[in-house]
Amino acid sequence: MTDVLDRTASPVRSAPGRRPFWTTRRRDQLTAYAFITPALLGALAFVFLPLVLVVWYSLHEWNVLADTFNFVGAENYRKLADDPNVPAVLRATAFFSIGLVVLNLALALLLAVLLNQKLRGTTFFRVLFFSPVVVSLLAWTIVWGFLLQDNGGLNGLLDAIGIDGPNWLRSGGTAMASVVIVQVFKNVGLNMVLFLAALQGVPQELYEAARTDGAGPWTIFRRITLPLISPTILLTSIITVVGSLQVFAQISVLTQGGPGTSTTVLVYYLYQQAFQFHAFGYGATLSVVLFLIVLALTVLQWQMRKRWVFHEH
Amino acid sequence: MSIRTKVFLYGVLLVLCVPFVFPTWWMITSSFKPNAEIFSPSLWPSSWSFEPWRQVFTMQPFAQQYFNSAYIAVVVTLGTLVVASMAGYAFARIRFRGQNVLFLLVLTGLLIPSEVTIVPLFRIFNSLGLVDTHWPLILVPMLGPPSVLATFIMRQFFITLPGELEEAARMDGLGRPAIFRRIALPLARPALGAVAIFTFLHSWNLYLEPVVYISTRTKYTLPQALTQFTDAYQGQLWNVQLSAASMTAIPVLIVFVLAQRQFIEGLAHTGLKG
Repeated sequence: MTDVLDRTASPVRSAPGRRPFWTTRRRDQLTAYAFITPALLGALAFVFLPLVLVVWYSLHEWNVLADTFNFVGAENYRKLADDPNVPAVLRATAFFSIGLVVLNLALALLLAVLLNQKLRGTTFFRVLFFSPVVVSLLAWTIVWGFLLQDNGGLNGLLDAIGIDGPNWLRSGGTAMASVVIVQVFKNVGLNMVLFLAALQGVPQELYEAARTDGAGPWTIFRRITLPLISPTILLTSIITVVGSLQVFAQISVLTQGGPGTSTTVLVYYLYQQAFQFHAFGYGATLSVVLFLIVLALTVLQWQMRKRWVFHEH
Repeated sequence: MSIRTKVFLYGVLLVLCVPFVFPTWWMITSSFKPNAEIFSPSLWPSSWSFEPWRQVFTMQPFAQQYFNSAYIAVVVTLGTLVVASMAGYAFARIRFRGQNVLFLLVLTGLLIPSEVTIVPLFRIFNSLGLVDTHWPLILVPMLGPPSVLATFIMRQFFITLPGELEEAARMDGLGRPAIFRRIALPLARPALGAVAIFTFLHSWNLYLEPVVYISTRTKYTLPQALTQFTDAYQGQLWNVQLSAASMTAIPVLIVFVLAQRQFIEGLAHTGLKG
């Protein structure tokens, strides 16, 4: 198609003595619109249209089985405020997200600093730490479910050293922590390599200058390394926070939201309401809540960057 | 660095490796254990049983499900590469009216996870008669949120290309489409690689969408199929489930080990460097 445009655009076709209509600039613009059309149409059809619809649906009482679709105004939002499960769901979501982000970033930074030492074999260790990222999510989750069973591998190992381990995924105190840990090990490698790239970008002269000034390793880390890699910390924390709010498969396979509602995070609750209880209107309301949380957290992190991210372009 | 520091660092690295490597090791070795032995904490099967690996195929149309996941992931990856590289190039290298507004629109798309829109999307696909087909699993990732991220990454890459290259090509009489195809795309190989890897993994791991959209066993994708080995009448067939899990993990792991530099450095240096 673009070839046809090029041909009609060739100056040979235009009448002699007149400025050709198809100037380079015009042709460029046309190409640009053609190039962005698939992406834009896709974003409109599969991101923005459903986003508008989800708000519209949240104003309806809509049960697929009963085939009802009635405008009820803010009724679903009142239901949300009265739903006794909602505080527990929000608590579980916050617990999961905070636990995941803190542990993930701390461990990723630790691993990156270790791999940034002048040691032989760091490439080998980098491959090992990264490998869970490429193991399929369900395979990883299933094998951890197997390991964390009451009579599973972890308790077998603990038994060997005389410790009676809990039923990790079935007791309220450990279920959520277990899900967090499983997910940390799954994806920490991604943040690790981003941190590693950032660490390798810190100019060596700065370290040498600081050492000459008599700064200790901890001071150097806090005063030089951390500020210089703060843009990466911002980026990884945004990605990790948004990702943590999307967790579904791990919950669905490991705990099904239980015991009780202790691991029922927002996406899982949304799925239950919409696709198990067929309350689509209420499911849409929960989707709106999820969207607002993602939006608020991203805006908050972006605002906070002024206070702690070092260099900005 | 003193020997003692080195020994200490290696010790720390080895201990830290355990939770990363051990589960995969356990998954693969346990898949060869006979069911009676499955809960023994041994790191190696006492006798190798290939029975679980065979059962994977008799309990479910696993080859078909494998094919489903593979072809969907390939189509999504190729489609995303085309859509995202074209849009990313236009946003980065061409000045056009509405550019900033439209790019802002794309950026906003980054804030909307597909979980938010699953209810209306289900409704849309239902009214199109596309529920229980693979279309939602192909169209949404290829054109929806993950593709938006890919567009952003490609734009960030193309913006770093030196303008002289394009000027020179223009002097030689190349039009925009030709410059894109012959100059920009070949230079973008590392970024395209990174986008391809994360798009493939995203599609390969997709779980909520298949659970919502697909109900016919022969149309299942792998993540969905993997969870179905538990409900067998003989109780939980862990070794069969772990065999199936191994089969989904091993091919990707092999590709990763062979091309680990491209995987890791591609993602680290071009992928998300913003």
